[in-house]
Amino acid sequence: MKILTGNDLKTGAVTWWDGESWSLHVDDAVDVGEGGADIIAREEAARRVFAAYVIDGVQTDEGVRPAHIKDRIRALGPTVRPDLTLKPADPEALNWVI
Amino acid sequence: MYKYDQYDQQMVDTRVAEFRDQVRRRLSGELTEEQFRPLRLQNGLYLQLHAYMLRVAVPYGTLNSEQMRMLGDIADKYDRGYGHFTTRQNIQYNWIKLEDTPDILADLSTVEMHAIQTSGNCIRNISSDQFAGAAADEVIDPRPYAELLRQWSSFHPEFLTLPRKFKIAVIASETDRAAMKLHDIGIKMVRNDAGEIGAQFYAGGGMGRTPMIAPMIREFVPLDQLITYAEACLRVYNRYGRRDNKYKARIKILVHELGKEEYTRQVEEEFAHLLTQGIEPPLAELERIGAYFQDPPFEIGLADDLDLSDPDFRLWVERNCHAHKAPGYISATVSLKPVGGIPGDASADQIRLMADLGKEYSFDEMRVTHAQNIVFPHVRKADLYALWRKLDAADLGTANIDTVGDIIACPGLDYCSLANARSIPVAQKISERFAAQEKQDALGEMKLKISGCINACGHHHAGHIGILGVDRKGVENYQLLLGGSEAADTSLGQITGPGFDENGIVDAVEKVADVYLREKQGEERFLDTYRRLGMAPFKEALYG
Repeated sequence: MKILTGNDLKTGAVTWWDGESWSLHVDDAVDVGEGGADIIAREEAARRVFAAYVIDGVQTDEGVRPAHIKDRIRALGPTVRPDLTLKPADPEALNWVI
Repeated sequence: MYKYDQYDQQMVDTRVAEFRDQVRRRLSGELTEEQFRPLRLQNGLYLQLHAYMLRVAVPYGTLNSEQMRMLGDIADKYDRGYGHFTTRQNIQYNWIKLEDTPDILADLSTVEMHAIQTSGNCIRNISSDQFAGAAADEVIDPRPYAELLRQWSSFHPEFLTLPRKFKIAVIASETDRAAMKLHDIGIKMVRNDAGEIGAQFYAGGGMGRTPMIAPMIREFVPLDQLITYAEACLRVYNRYGRRDNKYKARIKILVHELGKEEYTRQVEEEFAHLLTQGIEPPLAELERIGAYFQDPPFEIGLADDLDLSDPDFRLWVERNCHAHKAPGYISATVSLKPVGGIPGDASADQIRLMADLGKEYSFDEMRVTHAQNIVFPHVRKADLYALWRKLDAADLGTANIDTVGDIIACPGLDYCSLANARSIPVAQKISERFAAQEKQDALGEMKLKISGCINACGHHHAGHIGILGVDRKGVENYQLLLGGSEAADTSLGQITGPGFDENGIVDAVEKVADVYLREKQGEERFLDTYRRLGMAPFKEALYG
């Protein structure tokens, strides 16, 4: 599957296209198929996101996960600072990143 | 320390106002990201893996307590309570919001700091010896010359769009503590046979994907021609450096392809021309700058002895302190590498504490080292124990400078969008593996450096033991290098062979250490043993 990610213009936060808007959580990402470029053009023009790009994703039992480790680290946060990730209270959160 | 004059302050304040307007225009849609990107980069604002990252310049690594305190306050107010000190003596914040950036730059400006030229194809922050002005072995304090170069290179209209970024280091000791020969230009302040101070120029060094050691191109440049010679070096590079391929655009490639002799000939030709143009600032300007770097009022007649009855303090003194030129004083290095810690990271509270201690114990002066530590350059020996106690209480008392625990590591794939592999977890595991005091004692000086990609921000080429993280089909893999050095005996590490996974590289380092302990003769450092034996016994241990 193809999923779409970018950064919030004001905050720089990593965001994921959920079909209607941008979410901080990769679990919300949807398969954009071949439509990624059009969404990027529209959303960047509206300044809702920047530096957006399409990546390979994988549907797992736990939810959508980026295929490459770099994007998995983007999705969660730095592996060396669990307290700064999106799931600071979940000791298992890093398991799907590495 | 240098103090801004009205021109410095006006330049920085004007830039803050300019960037504030550029951010407003970006947020309102008047500027596209394509248009805005070079503007934000010129102000040190990158987009990294998780957010914007702001890199703040610490000129030649020197800062006062007011500046250090501001760095801590910014970490709290605008970031997530910590900062990361870098291998170029700067500090980076990893979680910056675009909308906050103009306010951050305005706050920095109030303490004479900025983020200008910390990115882009321009002359970057000038780096120097962390013990400048304090070291017993220096010819002269190199910082006035670094400051003169900073002023010359800031907003230099001819050098704001170079083929690639350009890094300069200035030292003034035989002992190179700034990796001088691994810079685009390295300058070593020297005294000639007539007793005059001048500058020895090296050009074409660097790390990255094509590491090279800079050859010396001029043995002695008189002080009243320093800027003119630097300008000649830059002009030849700017004219002939490649712009068609970013991987071949650094000056090291130009010097290598032309050859040292031809590059030097062209520089000398340009230098002769520039001497007729009168571009050198008057010596009075150098003297004006130099006045800011006078010695602090050292007390006379202080005792040189230390009470080393506390064994932990004794160890810290042995490992973390450096001889000072003034009797009764010493330079102390604060390790930002606690066992299992993140190299170079310091919390806002730790940064503010160091600011307070610098004011109380070091004449209001501190240094950032290229090894990602902090130095109190001028500490009375009589105060050293009290200083250490306060540092130790804040987890800043680790005694490991230049040992296997004092690891240089880039942010790697945990933070950096260019990285291929994580650096920090490897550093943490090695630090924990070698945490035992006896191991560190036995290994002695062992400089270990880790980069998460070929750009080599973690200086892996120059580590006695270097580690390079690479991407093998989406899986992190780590190459091991041996035999590098960034000291006066600069050398480039050689790859041992096939790489290792994250745990395997830790085991590999231990095997290398075991070979050293088995084979070392007398007081040999690891590097000496490697140079004597070569790669063979280490390869045998690693790959059998």
